[in-house]
Amino acid sequence: MTGSRRTRRGAALGIAVAVLLGAFGYLLYGGIGSNLVYFLTPGELLAKGTSALDVPVRLGGQIVPGSVAWNAQTLDLRFRVTDGTKEVAVRSTGTPPQMFRPGIGVIVEGKYDRTGVFHATNLMVRHSNEYHPPEPGHSPKEAYKSLINGSGATP
Amino acid sequence: MNVLVGLSALQIALGLSVVGIIILVAGARRNSPRLRDAGYAAVYTSFGLVTVSTLTMVVALVTHDFSVSYVAQVGSRSTPLLFTIISLWAALEGSILFWAFLVFGLAALAVRAHRREPGHSFEYAAATMLAIGVFFLILLVGPANPFHLVVPTPSDGPGPNPLLQNHPLMAVHPPLLYLGYVGLSVPFAFAVGAMVSGEVADDRWIRSARRWTIAAWIFLSAAIIAGMWWSYEVLGWGGYWAWDPVENASFMPWLTATAFLHSIMVQERRGMLRVWNLNLVVVTFVLTVLGTFLTRSGILSSVHAFTQGTIGYYFLAFIAIVLVASLALVAGYAPELRQRGTLDDPLSRETAFLVGNLLLSVMTFTVLLGTLFPLVAEAVRGVKVSVGGPFFNQMTLPVIVMLLFLLGVGPALPWRRTDRAKLSRRLLVPAAVMVTVAIAVVAMGTRDVYAVLAFAFGAFALTTNLQEFWTGARARMRGRGERVFTALPRLVRGNHHRYGGYLAHTGLIAAAIGIAASSAFKTEREITLKPGEAVTVAGRVVRLDDVWGRQEQGRTSIGADVSVLSGGRVVAHLEPAQRFYESSDTPIPTPAVHSSAARDVYVNLMAFKEDGSSATIRVLVEPLVVWIWLGGGIVCLGAFVGFWPQRKRYARAPAVAHTTSTVPNAGEIRPVQVEVLS
Repeated sequence: MTGSRRTRRGAALGIAVAVLLGAFGYLLYGGIGSNLVYFLTPGELLAKGTSALDVPVRLGGQIVPGSVAWNAQTLDLRFRVTDGTKEVAVRSTGTPPQMFRPGIGVIVEGKYDRTGVFHATNLMVRHSNEYHPPEPGHSPKEAYKSLINGSGATP
Repeated sequence: MNVLVGLSALQIALGLSVVGIIILVAGARRNSPRLRDAGYAAVYTSFGLVTVSTLTMVVALVTHDFSVSYVAQVGSRSTPLLFTIISLWAALEGSILFWAFLVFGLAALAVRAHRREPGHSFEYAAATMLAIGVFFLILLVGPANPFHLVVPTPSDGPGPNPLLQNHPLMAVHPPLLYLGYVGLSVPFAFAVGAMVSGEVADDRWIRSARRWTIAAWIFLSAAIIAGMWWSYEVLGWGGYWAWDPVENASFMPWLTATAFLHSIMVQERRGMLRVWNLNLVVVTFVLTVLGTFLTRSGILSSVHAFTQGTIGYYFLAFIAIVLVASLALVAGYAPELRQRGTLDDPLSRETAFLVGNLLLSVMTFTVLLGTLFPLVAEAVRGVKVSVGGPFFNQMTLPVIVMLLFLLGVGPALPWRRTDRAKLSRRLLVPAAVMVTVAIAVVAMGTRDVYAVLAFAFGAFALTTNLQEFWTGARARMRGRGERVFTALPRLVRGNHHRYGGYLAHTGLIAAAIGIAASSAFKTEREITLKPGEAVTVAGRVVRLDDVWGRQEQGRTSIGADVSVLSGGRVVAHLEPAQRFYESSDTPIPTPAVHSSAARDVYVNLMAFKEDGSSATIRVLVEPLVVWIWLGGGIVCLGAFVGFWPQRKRYARAPAVAHTTSTVPNAGEIRPVQVEVLS
């Protein structure tokens, strides 16, 4: 094999790699742009106006006390999320986490629609690594006493 | 007492390691065996001291010595013994200590194995390993000191994160991961040693680096599989991979290490890719440090959490030093490392390795970008964003199916040049299998392009790799009259590297098929049932029998008795539960899984009435999930076969070693007795 043929082949390979990498970079740029999910508080979401409609968003805040309504049969779940000043109504299908009590921090992933309802596809309770002692009478040991003592449903 | 012993052992080890580095470098420069041996003694002694410190911590944990800050942070009298011991790696400080223990352990092991090697490259390699150890020791005596004295001594602690004490896999996953990570620093040290000593041009370093990389790769692969399994068994969402930054952190070095394991074969055989391999080994090491940084600095929850602690800056500085110093070294030696061979034919084993390397690098870059983008966006623009899973799937799935295809073509391609006619004869059966599977999958109603391609290419690659075993064994059976079960093991024993590799491929393909099937054909149903009621999901009947509560050590469990029925017969009893640990205000879901070769029935208890009159369960039926775990096991087994030392080294016939049609025929190859360095 002559030297010039070898160089030509090397150059061709180099160009091929460059084209491939260029195409890949373009895909990457577009891919990341269209898959960014912004993390917003209710206030930030409402401030965005129409630009926040129908784009995937992660909404973070606290559950408004007394706003949780769950139908165990249809699994229809509604609650309101607040950042202290503004509130957003959230609707989702599924089961609320067991300790999904009012006031707990949550992150819901989904889209905000024109009717002013946030449709959540994913719901996460904000875990805290710090130790929070349960309120008196609310420790699982006491709350589920009847189940532990076997007086719950038995076959 | 524990505080004093633990901390002073670390401080002495730090001083000794710094002295050890100086002695080793001086010994290499002055060509003094006495200095060299003194340096090696410093490695052993430092390892001993770090071991003392680590054992002190374990003793402190087991004896509930809450005067030690780390024990006060993660210990609890109500935690069972196993989880008390493994809380050594439940939080930052302890895991850095365990990490340092492994760094020095592997450095001592490497010295033991390589101390008699000629030349000076290993002395520099040992010094490099000590330098890495010094970094972790600086963390331990500074920002990540686990041995602060707590006054007054608390009587009890909160215990480790409940998520980590809910499943025994947490006893397995972190040590495997750390062994993988730390193990990958050894080949890096070899590369640095080879460059600093100026011995890099003789390519000897890659032989030692290869074995250490395989060993580390086995641990890293096992760790990734164990992590997926843990996620599946514990987190309760029925999946095993979420492109979470923590998962990505372990996946990226795995990708580059995989690329390295393949491209060094090109260097060994053809003297090509010599600079590329040095870069790969450096990048792999940096990615392991980056992984540690991402998972341990708190940067993932928020950039601001990171700036509150100082440990993140230490890591950033370390990464910067390693990157600049080693890439400068590589650049300095690059002119000496002109490639010896050339690419003779675009259709050859070399090309397959080149393309594979390119694909793996592209994938690493994609994952890196998706992982770091949110951090950069928050730091630069002040917005909190996350890069969704769809990005990773969209970008990596094409690469993954291409890699699957390559897995099928690669073994069929010979080195240097390919005879086209022989190649097509060799690929005839696999291609037929591929087309059949593609048609069958489409006929079954799959419309997802990547699922179809994954099954078709998976079947194709599986056939080619199995065909390698079959043709090899058949040649032995014909040539020597051996039976199948004699011929197969002997075939593998004759060429560990080759057949270990094919075995690992087979496992990887099985896992890929499992992943494709379980994500493409997943059926999910969430429903509230009263005891006695049942739901049918993908042909399986799942019946709620009872709701119960139990007081256990350190936790309260509320669970459901669930029966899985198939054809009117009970095939499994499951007990999905929610566990309420005393130290946490949120319950830990504890799903239950009934596995079989064809499908998993996965039941998670989502909610329950306090009087037990009803429970909400989520049922998932996912096909072929077991294949992922089994495939992962086969991957590790194959790599282990490749790692196993070959007692005899076979002289390879020069140049046209074997063409497509002749099978690696052990009969043609004359064994030459060469003692292989361990």
